[in-house]
Amino acid sequence: MHISEFDAHTQDKQAKPPLDPHLKALENEAIHIFREVAAEFERPVMLYSIGKDSSVLLHLARKAFYPGRIPFPLLHVDTGWKFPEMIAFRDEMAKRFDLDLVVHTNPRGAKENISPFTHGSALHTDIMKTEALRQALDAGQYDAAFGGARRDEEASRAKERIYSFRTPDHKWDPRNQRPELWNVYNGMIRRGESVRAFPLSNWTEVDIWRYIQAENIPLPPLYYAAKRKFVERDGMLMWAEDKRFEALPGEQVQEDYIRFRTLGCWPLTGAIRSHATTLDDVIAELEIATVSERQGRAIDRDQAGSMEKKKREGYF
Amino acid sequence: MTATATAAVIAPAAEAAPALRDTRPLRLITCGSVDDGKSTLIGRLLWDTKAVKEDQAAALNRDSGKQNDLGLPDFALLLDGLQAEREQGITIDVAYRYFATDKRSFIVADTPGHEQYTRNMATGASTADLAVLLVDARAGILEQTRRHATIATLMGIKQFVLAINKIDLINYDKARFDELALEFKEIALSLGVKQVTAIPVSALKGENVVYDGKASMPWYEGPTLVEVLELATVRSAQTVGFRLPVQRVSRPGESFRGYQGTVAGGAVKPGDSVVILPSGMVANVKQIVTFDLVRNAAVAGDAITLVLDRQVDVARGDMIATIDAQPQVGLAFDAQLVALQPGGIEPGKRYWLKSGSRRQRVTVQPSSLLDLKSGKWNRHDGALPMNAIGKVHLSFDEAAIFDAYELNRTTGAFILIDPDTNNTVAGGMIAGKRGDVGGLNNEAERVILSLPADLADKILASGILSERRDEVDIRRTNPGRAAELLGELDS
Repeated sequence: MHISEFDAHTQDKQAKPPLDPHLKALENEAIHIFREVAAEFERPVMLYSIGKDSSVLLHLARKAFYPGRIPFPLLHVDTGWKFPEMIAFRDEMAKRFDLDLVVHTNPRGAKENISPFTHGSALHTDIMKTEALRQALDAGQYDAAFGGARRDEEASRAKERIYSFRTPDHKWDPRNQRPELWNVYNGMIRRGESVRAFPLSNWTEVDIWRYIQAENIPLPPLYYAAKRKFVERDGMLMWAEDKRFEALPGEQVQEDYIRFRTLGCWPLTGAIRSHATTLDDVIAELEIATVSERQGRAIDRDQAGSMEKKKREGYF
Repeated sequence: MTATATAAVIAPAAEAAPALRDTRPLRLITCGSVDDGKSTLIGRLLWDTKAVKEDQAAALNRDSGKQNDLGLPDFALLLDGLQAEREQGITIDVAYRYFATDKRSFIVADTPGHEQYTRNMATGASTADLAVLLVDARAGILEQTRRHATIATLMGIKQFVLAINKIDLINYDKARFDELALEFKEIALSLGVKQVTAIPVSALKGENVVYDGKASMPWYEGPTLVEVLELATVRSAQTVGFRLPVQRVSRPGESFRGYQGTVAGGAVKPGDSVVILPSGMVANVKQIVTFDLVRNAAVAGDAITLVLDRQVDVARGDMIATIDAQPQVGLAFDAQLVALQPGGIEPGKRYWLKSGSRRQRVTVQPSSLLDLKSGKWNRHDGALPMNAIGKVHLSFDEAAIFDAYELNRTTGAFILIDPDTNNTVAGGMIAGKRGDVGGLNNEAERVILSLPADLADKILASGILSERRDEVDIRRTNPGRAAELLGELDS
């Protein structure tokens, strides 16, 4: 295994102490879910969005099926507006871990040049993420899709099951969910129906970071502070290095140390000013953070109950 | 784009050495209703442990414009995650909350107090190790409190906290607190629960939740709620021997064959003799494989890959178990069920039963129904309606493998799935294998003994009994009920 720029921020792999019991319990639970879904469903797939949660999910999947390969493909829904560093990282991981990577972009959206700037974040997300995801799931005839969602992220996610049932048109009905007792999961579905499975349900943001640290999991460099160009727009620090970026009248492109707490489409993902260049720095920052990680995400704020609405329509 | 929030600036870190936690997360359930102040209590736990961030609180205030007297956000809004809940002001479903202290992290199953509480409580309690029962100090212990305690006990919870809330509204009256604490301890004892802590709490003012309430209640010298949670025990090594329900067989190449699953009880090490159930074949453990290293032991909770020393036929749904203390294998078991769906549970209908990784056909015959009001079991052989708790007989086409739920909460638990709807319609706990009572050998005379529990345990451990365990029916009950049953036979 060769070392690349993605490993530069983690410590050397020499002395790895055993996981603390808390993380070990979360890891065990996630591996159990991975194995159960892989055994019960005919065509599972793992949603891979390149961020820190996806990186943890990928690591856990490798652990779950070791010494075998991951027995299902990874699906990346590419909106065309991801940070170039994310795409480079994705391709590097696929090569390094010998993954079956499926990349899908909504052809309609690409043809119509759907852009978060001209069409707004809501329509962009709807077409390039939610609709694209449905297309890709239908095309692959996947009957189970792993996602990295956590219950602590957002209010409607707190009521999400570990096996979350979806109708043939990918709808989620939060009022009519199957009860889920112990760790006994009900994987029975009819043809066309599917299940979204969430191995990280019980993880918190801090757990994710501590696990990344304990396990030396590679991450896209965007999570670490570096000198980057950006503007302040609507109270959000927007990355300004893409050729499609256009400064609005009166906007000043600045350059300073910034980093990202979550990764998504760059026009919708706010950065924070930070000097955290190592994993230890990032965790130390997190421990004293007073705002949640999704604070930088424009899509959550469009309206109250925004995430629930998107989930009902098939968003992860 | 419609972004409106202000740019976040996080100050560079001073030094925040993450304390290594030495305990697993504690899973708990909170029982009580809105009237008891449950949302306020959970909100207070999240707020005072800083699990709620500023932007989330700001969103709450923006949505409602409401704040309470203390300038805190409206916690009910934080907790009611679904649009329908916010619109109707009710809580619909089990929600999971996360918070942590320096010592431990916690997963709270937050269940609605009124609507469908049996179904939701059973769901939340199935994974919980501790139940927090909330009462309003003014209203005292209600019938509801007894019901919640009964369900929690049935689901295997052995640690209770009674949070006597709104203590500020009765002027921190010690006598009233003592009276309620005693009353509840008697209820808990009648259910067989000995670990009970009663705490006087004002969730609104944050007294005895995370921070102590000494200023208002100098007379209370016990722990705060969080202190009790930090010290509570997590059910770990189950009392029975090694159990590995096989989830999948890993065959990455011709040379490797491993059995993957999560250890559901006991421990295992290379060299141990194991039996594969239901086939009964025997092998020795050659290796315990994990991603990190080849391990020299695995314990309950570990997700592992087991390699055996010989070619044996093992498939998903089988169980690999220690040879000395095997689970029960049979075609008929007794169990307790909680009916979870509007259709209830129909006698004689064939359901799917899933336990661990094993799924098989089963027929269910109810025999009695729990009256939650009195705590008594009444004879009942009809359908079990939604939210009912019943005792049932389970009959299988193929061998089933279980431990009693009392002995192992994983290998003794199951769900029922309706083959018509594919929905989960019941959660169940195994009482034990059903003997031949009334079965094939019904020509033989039978004897019913009523023994002190310690004497029964000694007899059960003896070789004479274990050899013919299949033919013996055992139930545990209190002396009064035993006398009552024997009295019935005499009359």
